[in-house]
Amino acid sequence: MIKVFVPRDAAALSVGADEVAAAIANEAKKQNKDVQIVRNGSRGMLYLEPLVEVETAKGRVAYGPVSAKDVAELFKAGFLEGKSHKLGHGLTEEIPYFKSQERLTFARCGITDPLSIDDYRKHGGFDGLSKALKMKPIDIVTEVTTSGLRGRGGAGFPTGIKWKTVHDLPAGEKYVACNADEGDSGTYADRMLMEGDPFCLIEGMTIAAVAGGATKGYIYIRSEYPHSVKVLREAIEIARKANWLGENIQGSQYSFDLFVRTGAGAYICGEETSMLESLEGKRGVIRYKPPIPAIEGLFGKPTIINNVMSFAAVPIILAKGGEFYRDFGVGRSRGTLAFQLAGNIKRGGLVEKAFGVTTRQLIEEWGGGTRTGRPVRAVQVGGPLGAYLPTSKLDVPMDYEEFAKVDAMVGHGGVVVFDDTVDMAKQARFAMEFCAIESCGKCTPCRIGSVRGVEVIDKIIGDIDRDKNVELLEDLCVTMTDGSLCAMGGLTPMPVMSSLRGFPEDFGKPAPNKFLADAAE
Amino acid sequence: MAKKVARPNKKPPEAESRPPTPAEIAALATCERYGNKADELLEILHDLQHQLGYIPEETLPVIGRALNRSRAEVHGVVTFYHDFKRHPIGKHVVKICRAESCQAVGTDELCRHAEQSLNTRLGGTTGDGSITIEQVFCLGNCALSPAVMVDEKLYGMVDPKRFDEIVAGLNKEAAE
Repeated sequence: MIKVFVPRDAAALSVGADEVAAAIANEAKKQNKDVQIVRNGSRGMLYLEPLVEVETAKGRVAYGPVSAKDVAELFKAGFLEGKSHKLGHGLTEEIPYFKSQERLTFARCGITDPLSIDDYRKHGGFDGLSKALKMKPIDIVTEVTTSGLRGRGGAGFPTGIKWKTVHDLPAGEKYVACNADEGDSGTYADRMLMEGDPFCLIEGMTIAAVAGGATKGYIYIRSEYPHSVKVLREAIEIARKANWLGENIQGSQYSFDLFVRTGAGAYICGEETSMLESLEGKRGVIRYKPPIPAIEGLFGKPTIINNVMSFAAVPIILAKGGEFYRDFGVGRSRGTLAFQLAGNIKRGGLVEKAFGVTTRQLIEEWGGGTRTGRPVRAVQVGGPLGAYLPTSKLDVPMDYEEFAKVDAMVGHGGVVVFDDTVDMAKQARFAMEFCAIESCGKCTPCRIGSVRGVEVIDKIIGDIDRDKNVELLEDLCVTMTDGSLCAMGGLTPMPVMSSLRGFPEDFGKPAPNKFLADAAE
Repeated sequence: MAKKVARPNKKPPEAESRPPTPAEIAALATCERYGNKADELLEILHDLQHQLGYIPEETLPVIGRALNRSRAEVHGVVTFYHDFKRHPIGKHVVKICRAESCQAVGTDELCRHAEQSLNTRLGGTTGDGSITIEQVFCLGNCALSPAVMVDEKLYGMVDPKRFDEIVAGLNKEAAE
């Protein structure tokens, strides 16, 4: 029997993976070949999707992007024996895009059948949790602290400290909540992991539960990810049956159960307190902090809240030790980050690398430049609230602190590329428009500031009192940054100001004024 | 946390005097299926919208009573989230991503094309009630932008030509 892999990842499905799988099954039947089709996750080389792999004695051989109409020809060329074809790329593991990565969190993604617990175990799955079940909770926390893992949702808060806060509180009703409301444009790592290796997230959350003393957990998935919702619900059911969730996990003293909740199309619910409100069945209006959610979180109880990527990094940290993970990265940014190449890019996809890689390397070495072939002009790193970097800033290493120094942020690792046709005044306007649409409405700087921001930028574009309005926009941005309750209003000025400072010519200001010139230096 | 005060959430007098509508019955049954738990409100609304196509106004007090929440609280939730519709919409929902990654490869042009070819604005429904087009911010398919989602099916690399093919597919399906 020959194993053929066709991804079930939503991105692969979006370019016809289901049709390709059906065509292969059909053709195999016609030719009387014994073929088993495995619906794996994506390898992350999304520009090659649907990427079909065939298992051979030498390893898995890749073909892509395959469309249903290529299938008959592939059979003719002998792809079931791994023979060459114009869509062939040789051994998957040898493709430079893939080979040059440092896959820790995504080590299994695309290799295993996402819903096979045997596959998961065979590839090191549940090693971390098995170890954790035999450890003292405080030692788990120490291991995570040692690893230097910081919140992968974007804020970069040390995960170990968060867990310790919950651990140190008296025993009682506690929760683990996973933020899978991946709303940032240009990011899809959470989705890929949930669809390609859901047990990894389940394992990470269970380790967190053991460390913090929680017995119940929720995964809050945005409604735009119906495939992830489905896969995770199935995975949880399978894990329950195998006693990796539920009462006395694997005969230990620990019990933990997990539930999936679906969002309803609100970007703000990616803010942790807003997510808690939403999990409680309320409007996703943010909460004041303090109290921090680690102390008073879901239903007013201590709650460990982390992003999908943070939880998914934990199993390998426990399995191989905090020091192993810490040895990747630079400065205070330890470990790896799943960078996501998006927008106008030739070879879009997921690149897991240790911190320290530069934006330019990612775009040129992996991404291969723009899809349109035109020169890169601006790159937005870290989602819609991240800065637009001009090409002069593309050599800053990916590192939380180094990015902060140039008024930018790494965020969730999204890298959105724009070519030289982009109008940065339009992008700045959109940042304000987006904030106006998605603001929860609790605080004035965000709710009203964003609406005024759109109006002021419109005046600048329309050359109405341009200098005065530029000054007003700067002032408004300071108010929003300093006066907003959460990162939504607080960071919206980042794309706006970075556009204004990095690309003043798009705002009809060929010569930057003194304030801008000073700031630029 | 503030203590929850039990408040009388009586049926309005007119509701006493008439039999419940099918929507109200569906709402009540849905709440029950989720154990009448208030924290399940989003799941309940998703489920109900899946059954009815939208959340009819008359179901709000019914849901409120079942979950021990006020009608205002339920109304607040329904109106806060973009997903929940308060009026009937098209048979198919076509969501076009308008976020940055898709902007970088021409979603503005795609939106204009969609509006023109379907003769309605974003957020509107075609004259025959078959398709509602909506803007959405990120479908998580950013390496293959522009992205479009039709009901729950995702499409990548959608240019105006591919958009027309997708729409033609929907119309063909409707004709069969």
